[in-house]
Amino acid sequence: MATRARPHPRPRGGLDSTRAEAYRGWLQQMLLIRRFEEKAGEAYSLGKIGGFCHLYIGQEAVAVGSLAALGPDDYITCSYREHGHALARGISARAVMAELFGKAAGCSGGKGGSMHLFDASIGFLGGHGIVGAHIPLATGMAFAAKYRETDQVAVCYFGEAAVNNGAFHEALNMAALWKLPAIYICENNRYGMGTALERASAIYDISERACSYDMANEVVDGQDVLVMHAAMERAVQRARGQKLPTLLEVRTYRFMGHSMSDPIHGHYRTREEVEDQRKRDPIAVWSQRLVAEGLMDEASVKTMDKRMLEEVEDAYQFAEQAPEPEGDVLFRDVYAEQ
Amino acid sequence: MPTLTYRDALNQALREEMQRDTNVFLMGEEVGVYQGAYKVSRGLLEEFGPMRVVDTPITELGFAGVGVGAAMVGLRPVVEFMTWNFALLAIDQLVNSAAKMRYMSGGQVGVPAVFRGPGGSALQLGAQHSQAFESWYAHIPGLKVVMPATPADAKGLLKSAIRDDNPVIFIEGEMLYNVKGEVPEGEHVVPLGRADLKRSGGDVTIICHSKTVAVALKAAEQLAAEGVEADVLDLRTIRPLDTEAVLASVSRTHRCVVAEEGWPFAGVGAQVVDIIQREAFDELDAPILRVTAADVPMPYNKQLERAAKVDPAKVIAAVNSVLYRSGQ
Amino acid sequence: MSTKVVMEALSPTMEEGRLVEWKKSEGEAVAVGDVLAEVETDKAVMELVARAGGTLLKQVVPAGATVPVSELVALIGEPGEPTENGGAPAQEQATQPAPDRNRPVSMPPAPPEDAANEAPGPVQMPGPGVESAAPAPASASPGGRIKASPLARRIAAERGVELASISGSGPEGRVVARDVEGAATAGPAAAPPPAPRAPARAPISRAEGPFTDVPLSQIRKTIAKRLTQSIGPIPTFYLTTEIDMERAWDAREALKALGEGPKISFNDIILKAVAAALRQHPACNAWWQDDHIRYWNEIHVSMAVAIEEGLITPVIRHTDVKTLREISTESKDLAARARDRRLKPEEYTGGTFSVSNLGMLDIDEFTAVINPPEAGILAVGRIVERPVAHEGQIALRRRMRLTMSCDHRVIDGATGAEFLKTFKAMLENPLVMVW
Repeated sequence: MATRARPHPRPRGGLDSTRAEAYRGWLQQMLLIRRFEEKAGEAYSLGKIGGFCHLYIGQEAVAVGSLAALGPDDYITCSYREHGHALARGISARAVMAELFGKAAGCSGGKGGSMHLFDASIGFLGGHGIVGAHIPLATGMAFAAKYRETDQVAVCYFGEAAVNNGAFHEALNMAALWKLPAIYICENNRYGMGTALERASAIYDISERACSYDMANEVVDGQDVLVMHAAMERAVQRARGQKLPTLLEVRTYRFMGHSMSDPIHGHYRTREEVEDQRKRDPIAVWSQRLVAEGLMDEASVKTMDKRMLEEVEDAYQFAEQAPEPEGDVLFRDVYAEQ
Repeated sequence: MPTLTYRDALNQALREEMQRDTNVFLMGEEVGVYQGAYKVSRGLLEEFGPMRVVDTPITELGFAGVGVGAAMVGLRPVVEFMTWNFALLAIDQLVNSAAKMRYMSGGQVGVPAVFRGPGGSALQLGAQHSQAFESWYAHIPGLKVVMPATPADAKGLLKSAIRDDNPVIFIEGEMLYNVKGEVPEGEHVVPLGRADLKRSGGDVTIICHSKTVAVALKAAEQLAAEGVEADVLDLRTIRPLDTEAVLASVSRTHRCVVAEEGWPFAGVGAQVVDIIQREAFDELDAPILRVTAADVPMPYNKQLERAAKVDPAKVIAAVNSVLYRSGQ
Repeated sequence: MSTKVVMEALSPTMEEGRLVEWKKSEGEAVAVGDVLAEVETDKAVMELVARAGGTLLKQVVPAGATVPVSELVALIGEPGEPTENGGAPAQEQATQPAPDRNRPVSMPPAPPEDAANEAPGPVQMPGPGVESAAPAPASASPGGRIKASPLARRIAAERGVELASISGSGPEGRVVARDVEGAATAGPAAAPPPAPRAPARAPISRAEGPFTDVPLSQIRKTIAKRLTQSIGPIPTFYLTTEIDMERAWDAREALKALGEGPKISFNDIILKAVAAALRQHPACNAWWQDDHIRYWNEIHVSMAVAIEEGLITPVIRHTDVKTLREISTESKDLAARARDRRLKPEEYTGGTFSVSNLGMLDIDEFTAVINPPEAGILAVGRIVERPVAHEGQIALRRRMRLTMSCDHRVIDGATGAEFLKTFKAMLENPLVMVW
């Protein structure tokens, strides 16, 4: 019987120095995402990126910490705020930036855009643009894993606003009913666009919704990559080992506006609130920890950051110079060619 | 050749395809233990077990999405909707997920799934259970829409639909399930996108699909007694539409009536008419007429319901009109 | 109450007409049907006739003026009526037909002249299962546009049938395919009396109906499709032959020596021979009709006539059953009236095969362009003495070269060649024509 989640005890004591390489890798990924999103924001304001562009700044530890716990054959689906997940899963900055630029070299051939990043070869099965609609897809992927008796896990990322949607309920109900290896990660950044959680949901603790489906659940500090990772490892183990689903409610915060065309603060939240939350910047939290534990020093953090900046700059140049889609590409991929 | 009901022809197609390919599975409300709301899946649970014949909660959006997700990673689900009226709850998954996945992933991720169940009206089921939605789905690039009218086509088209790598909307007819006809045994596959001339005339073309095929054939029979020979062209697949067959027939007859179960506004017939006027304008000797359901929600009352539906008399009236022939 | 006389559309494409000459003067009495004036259209000089009786009150435009179709040219009424433009009574009765640029209301085409008699003439072909009720009257809408189905328009254009001359049997007088089919077959119903140039005897029809429609076989469809892709809408090929004209020459000299009747030209002999040869080779006497081929049981040979503005092809109807003398008389008459632009539309449409002769212009040989929907045309060169092998010797003989252009969708190489072989045999031994 699933019960109301209590925050899992924070990992105590020093960091495991045998995993230093992985820890530094997490910081590097978070820096890459941060610098990438800053550059994407710049490119958007220059008109190089069109449409909607939802930045992940502030939430980097969620994607990095959780995806680090997955294996290469697992399936991932995300909402439309998925640049960070795509990068953390291993799609190159060049392919993601080129996709934002709508270029043929983009990871979806320029046809998806910011909200529809795909790389099927590494199980990255999309950013999806309809709130909550991709949650049943992940349930279906978990069903396929069970059907084929593999040990794959299907992971689904969505925001806290999606849990008020029927698709969420229907998908989690079936996953629990059929005992599917699914992990539902609710990135609770407190706001569905401009509507605060408590103005949209009758209960505050989203994790409690799992009780309706007798599903394991946890509340996770999404600003601490180590905590995120640990919670995800438990969920993955539950999925692979016991073939049971998990709902993780990850508390995080979006430092930017809902999308590039929305204000950072305004009617729905105050500047002070945003400033206050920025004090728990996941990158600062983690780099300070690594320095404090002696796994990195300030200089190497700076060097790492500079390298990520260069990688993002390279991706930007690449995207800008990459060719537009050509020929009959407009009419290709509507149907399978049989 | 054995004679089967439309229902059993579908059952045979499902069974054969599930035997042929272990990636094929059936899911939906009441498909397993209950043996299918319309008994299309009779006996399948016993043969294939609960992992391949999956009873779902009443959760159309959810299980349609599960089907799409499973198809995205290589399974070939057949998702049964108890009726297409209920599938409105799932239309987001069909339109936003299934139809677009291949395109927005730049060709990387397809959805080889079949969504099937009865569409249109039966008898006195009232407004919410008597609706023909094929034009909605046919509007969507990325979807195929298939509507068999006979047992043989039901089997052959369902087999093709299951083997197709695209999401296929497969709309059956509740009133057709008991219709009997000869059905070839074993590997009987009817390709998608090909219309079928169910009767060959020469004076007028009646274009129809699904339940209106029987209506058109009945009308044609009556017209033949009056000396008018009609081509009865069963579209079978609404999308992709067999434009060639439509134009070939109309170029022969120069007159055309399109009959469908749906409402008139922007219906399948509207698309057919558009194609004909564009591609065969100089062949036309009369305006093309459409025979559709009345432009109202379906009433419960028997007389009113009859008045709202397409019937042979309405088709004959339209044929007489395009032949500039006063009705008999 | 005066009646307005307007410039009428006297040809299918006429937009304006030049009033050549007034035939009635102001103040002169006018009866319905009287010729008021001669009008030159884009094709011919036609007559503008009175639609109302009375007195020609006013010639609104002078002779020589060019007047757009439907503009006022004269007023007919009672003597003394006001004739100023503003003076027209409010209750004006337009017995003169409504202006209509597409309807040559004054002169619907006459039926083929010989169809008027008791002879087994062309048969009306009604559409499927349709009662042949009296056709609705004029199908022109008030806006002047003729209501016709797209198919009817296409067939009319292909057959050179004037839509406006046809009464539509569809709703609100819409002209539909069966109406055009009927008109093309029978000629218009309400035509003025035919011109008094009926042949001496009725044509002999050797088959039921004027033509036989044959659906395209698969191979004909393929030939049509492939060849059209290859060289354009009418896949034409050419067959050239040279004919010894000595005996034709002698025959003509002998006829001339009779000293009576019209002077027979070589062209007359060629027309006669073409018709006789077509009778033996009906495959060349056909129209391409897109989805079928129309094999004509009647033979109507068109002859190209050069006129000042270009070219026109008057038709000698039932060429095969006419005597050489009749052909000669008729061809001279048609050619003369063609040059004067006095041909009526029905006199230059409806041919089943064409002959173009540039021999008199000293052309040795040339190719002619097919006149669709016909499938063949003969291009005839001059008769010239050439040294040829004759009975084992080089001799100077009168020779004539000609080239047949064939629509390959209808006529295959061998089909055309066989026709030419017969034709050649006839000219080289004119008695073969009556064999």
